Parts: sequence; structure tokens; C-alpha cells
Amino acid sequence: MEASMTTPTEKAPSRPVNSVSPVGDWSIKIIFGLYSLMCIFPLALLVMVSFSSESDVIREGYKFIPKHFDLSAYKFVFEDWHNVLKSYGVSIFVTVVGTLLSLVIMALYAYPISRPDFPQRKFFTFFVFFTMLFNGGLVPWYLVYVKMLHLKDNIWALILPLLVSAFFVLIIRTFFATTIPGAVIESAKIDGAGEMRIFFKIVLPLSLPVLASTALFSTLNYWNDWFLSLVFIQKSDGYISVQYLMYKTLTNIQFLMTHTEAMNVIGGATKFPNETVRMAMAVIGIGPIIFAYPFFQKYFVKGLTVGAVKG
Amino acid sequence: MALTRNLRKYGMFYLMLLPGFLILLVNNYIPMLGVVIAFKNMTYPHANIIMNFIDSKWVGFENFKYLFKTSDAWIITRNTLLYNSLFIVLNLVIPVAFAIMLNELRSKFLARFHQSIIFLPYILSWVVVSYLVYGLLHDKNGFVNTTVLPFFGVDPVQWYFKIHAWPYILPIVNTIKNVGYYMVLYMAAIIGIDDEYYEAATIDGAGKWQQIMKITLPLLMPIMIIMTLLQIGRIFYADFGLFYQVPKESGVLFPVTNVIDTYVYRTFLAMGDSGLSSAAGLYQSTVGFVLVFLANWFVRRIDKDSALF
Repeated sequence: MEASMTTPTEKAPSRPVNSVSPVGDWSIKIIFGLYSLMCIFPLALLVMVSFSSESDVIREGYKFIPKHFDLSAYKFVFEDWHNVLKSYGVSIFVTVVGTLLSLVIMALYAYPISRPDFPQRKFFTFFVFFTMLFNGGLVPWYLVYVKMLHLKDNIWALILPLLVSAFFVLIIRTFFATTIPGAVIESAKIDGAGEMRIFFKIVLPLSLPVLASTALFSTLNYWNDWFLSLVFIQKSDGYISVQYLMYKTLTNIQFLMTHTEAMNVIGGATKFPNETVRMAMAVIGIGPIIFAYPFFQKYFVKGLTVGAVKG
Repeated sequence: MALTRNLRKYGMFYLMLLPGFLILLVNNYIPMLGVVIAFKNMTYPHANIIMNFIDSKWVGFENFKYLFKTSDAWIITRNTLLYNSLFIVLNLVIPVAFAIMLNELRSKFLARFHQSIIFLPYILSWVVVSYLVYGLLHDKNGFVNTTVLPFFGVDPVQWYFKIHAWPYILPIVNTIKNVGYYMVLYMAAIIGIDDEYYEAATIDGAGKWQQIMKITLPLLMPIMIIMTLLQIGRIFYADFGLFYQVPKESGVLFPVTNVIDTYVYRTFLAMGDSGLSSAAGLYQSTVGFVLVFLANWFVRRIDKDSALF
């Protein structure tokens, strides 16, 4: 699929055999043109509003083309720069540590259950597969993390729950089972290599495609997560990730607008560019994802085609 | 004897399985046992959760009786099922159509360009999506109210209070966010189809439409079934982010935005009622479990290879 996607074929001068009619081609172009516009417009609007002046927004609402280019929203956000920086620190730590741990733990689990000579592989496969079918629900799960492990307001509460995904364990297992030749493992064993050695020296290097796509999904899951923060992070000066900071900005500004006393503390509603600040905060939060997107997309698309799951 | 031999031979395997095993135990299996708190009236006098559990009184099905007496039980079940059914249809029809069309686009550069943009919303978090929707629908400043509606001479609408609009808004938002993922999947499957089928069809005089109906769609069927089955198996689980973040917890909208997941979250963490919420959670897990089996059984009867297990 990659080959046909990356080579931008020059437009053929005459209509190639078995391609859509010019009318069909143009209708498809128009449909996708409109749809893509619909996808990209809200994002562009957000960026434009963040660079608008607050008074324009108050007067005319969110406009696509700002009347006055204005950076005061960003200035306001960076007044509070240590909070933004801290949130980036939390998100980066959670994403990097979470992804690495998750990858190692899932690959280690997937390897034994991929080996046909391991007598207990059926049990351990079922053990992970069953978690896709049934779960205890939010309440017991919350009680385990908060009342048993005491991980409330702990950064590990943002990492642990996403470490093992049954879906990806099974994908990795299928990849190991179908692409690593049993003969290679056999001959390594005859040469006296232990299982750990075989795993790290032979199996992992041969499995880079599936590991890369698993890592990408994991990175995205950790970076985009706000649910775990919503559930486990209570302290307002605690481990606030970028996503959670964005969420709080949206709700806290509402709080400011409904509680006039709070508004007076910061010097009155007129001094606080609340509409544009909110959007600037969002732009700061979305930024890294957009920059990483071309890279992400390339490997995501590849990763989606790596091996199907079968229980 | 057999055990020690097994341990000596596969000891390293058990060591490799251990970290994942422990995490599944803590994150999945202990909470599964914990579902029994739905049959208890949980109180928390001790610091230790196990002691609290032992001391709490068994109340049988009281929590469930109470749950199903409220009108919420029906509303959240209806909302969850109806929205998810609609999402399943939309996530099948639109991405398949898009994948076929994008594949037919003569300019491969344009195809790649559109694919990139359509896939983008998939990687944005629901928090970001809620910002994007907010930018469009905010009652005073939102783009729809300041620019779109005045253009058509329509009065501004208070979207976050307009209950009838959300059964349309939520599926649209969900579709835009997820279409890219399914489309890329189906495109990969289409590109995998052998060109010879189409060449033979062209020689026999088959048009585009016939090729799509007679070749492309039948060959896409297995992956379409698997993707749909995966979603039917989870039809009792709503996407928490969509229903929690996008309507911004507007209480007026609850009749059309409250789903089982948001209900469990709110009754437990906002209202602190662990009896009612754990009952709702167990109700969800149990029905969800039955539905996965039914869906899988159904698929096994049609096409054994497409079944999940």
C-alpha cells in the first residue's frame, strides 16, 4: 500500500483504461474537497481566534479572519508559564515512561503465548483475551487504585492503567507466531541460547514493524489521556497533564465567568481576555500533535495493516 | 515432578509473563471480583478496603431495584444503544464509500492529501474536539451563531441548551472523528485486492459500478464484518469522551446525552453513590458480555473465519 500511496503519479494526458469518468473524478474531488474543509475548518478557526483581540471577539464573536492581530492571549498564558511547562513535563514523562514500559511488558507477555511448545500458552492467552470481554466497571476499578494501592494524586495512576492492552498483546503475539520462523528459534536453542537471549537478540529485532505501531498507538493514548486525570488527580497543584490543563481551562474560565468575586480578584472581566485565552491554551495543547502528525500518520497507516487479531 | 520439570524448562517464560500478569490481575481481575460490591451497601469506616468490604452489609438486589426504579436506567440504556447503533452504521457506510472513492481519485497526490486531513481528527483527544465544537457552537461567539446562521437569516440558537439538536450533533462529531481510522483500514484492504480481478472485469465490459458491487464489496466483506462485530460487541459501552466532553456537561441535555458510562461516572465520583453506580456498572458489564457472545455466535454461523473467537 505504501508504494502506491507515496508515488504521486503524474496526471496521465489521456484517460487511462478502467479509471473513473471525468465527471466521476470531479464529483469525487468536490466531495472530498468539501469534507476536508469541514475537518480542517474548526482547527483553523481555533488558531485564528487565539490571535484575535479580545475586544473584537466580545463585539463580533469568533471570526475566521481576525480584525486585529493580537498576542495578548498568549502573553496571558505565558504569565503563567511555569504551569504550562509543568504540565508539559507531566505529559512527556507519562507518555515516554508509559510507552516504553508498556511496550516491554506487552512484548514479554506476547512471546511465551506465541510459542507452540509452551504447554500453558492457552491459559495465558485466555487470561489476557478475557479482559476484552468482561470488566468490573468503574467503581471496583477505582477502589482498587485509590483504596488498595493508594495511588490518588500519584503520577503512576496515569501510567499503570494503560500499560497492558489485550488487543495489542494479541496483535504482537500473532506477529511473533506468523513472522518469526520456528526454525530460527530452534537453531538458536541448539546453539545454547537461553529464552531471554532469543527474545532480545532474535525475536525483537525481527518484530520492529509491529513494535513501532504498538508504540505509536501507546504514545497517542498516553498523550491524549485526560480520563485518568479526571478520575485520579484531585489536587489543583498536582500532576496536571496538558490535556487536563486544557480541560480545566475550559471549565475554570466558565467558573470565573459565573463567579464575579473571582473575576474581581484578577482585576475585572474587562482585563481578562477569557475568550482568546481559552483558544490560545488549546493551540498550545494541540501544537505538538500537529507537528508530530506527518510522522505519526506515516507509521499509523502502516501499523493498521500489520496483522489482524484472532483469539 | 511434572511441575518442577515444567518450571525448569519454562521458568523463563513464567518470568516473562509475570509483569503483564500482575498488571492484568490488579487492573482487570481484582475489579472483576469487586463487582460483588453492587450487592453490598458499602461503608468506609476503616482505612483498609478489605475490612470495609467485610464489614459492609449484603443487600442483595436492592441497588439494582433502586436503579431500575429511576427513569435514568431506561434513558441511559436507550441512549447508549441508539447512539451506538447509529455509529456502527455510519462507521461502516461512510468509510467504505470514502475508501472506494478515494481509491478511484485519479490524482494520487490529492488522494494522499485528503487522506491526511480526514485521518487528522482521529488523533485529536476529546478535550481538543470539545474545544473545536465549542468554537463553532458557543451561543454568543460561536461561528455558527455569528456567521453561518445570520448568513441564512436565521436567529442564533443556544446550542448547549437545544435538546433536539444533539441527536444530530453527536453522530456528526463522532463520524468526523472516527471516519479516518476506518477509511484507512478499508483502503488498505482495497489496495490489497489483486488487480487481475479488475482487468478481467474490464475485458468483460464491466463498468465501475459493477466492479464495485461485484468485486470490491464482496472482497471487503470479511473485514467489514470483523469491524462491525467488534463494535457490536461493545454496543453497551459508550465513548465516555464524546458524551462527557463534547456537550460540556450541560444538564439540560442529559436526556439525550447521558449514557451508561457518564451515568456511572457522575453517580459515583460526583454524587458519591457507590451502590447505584456499581449496580449500573455491573448491569453494563453483564449485558455487554452477553452481547459479545451473541454477536460472535451470529458471525460464526455466517462465516467461521470472521468470528472473533
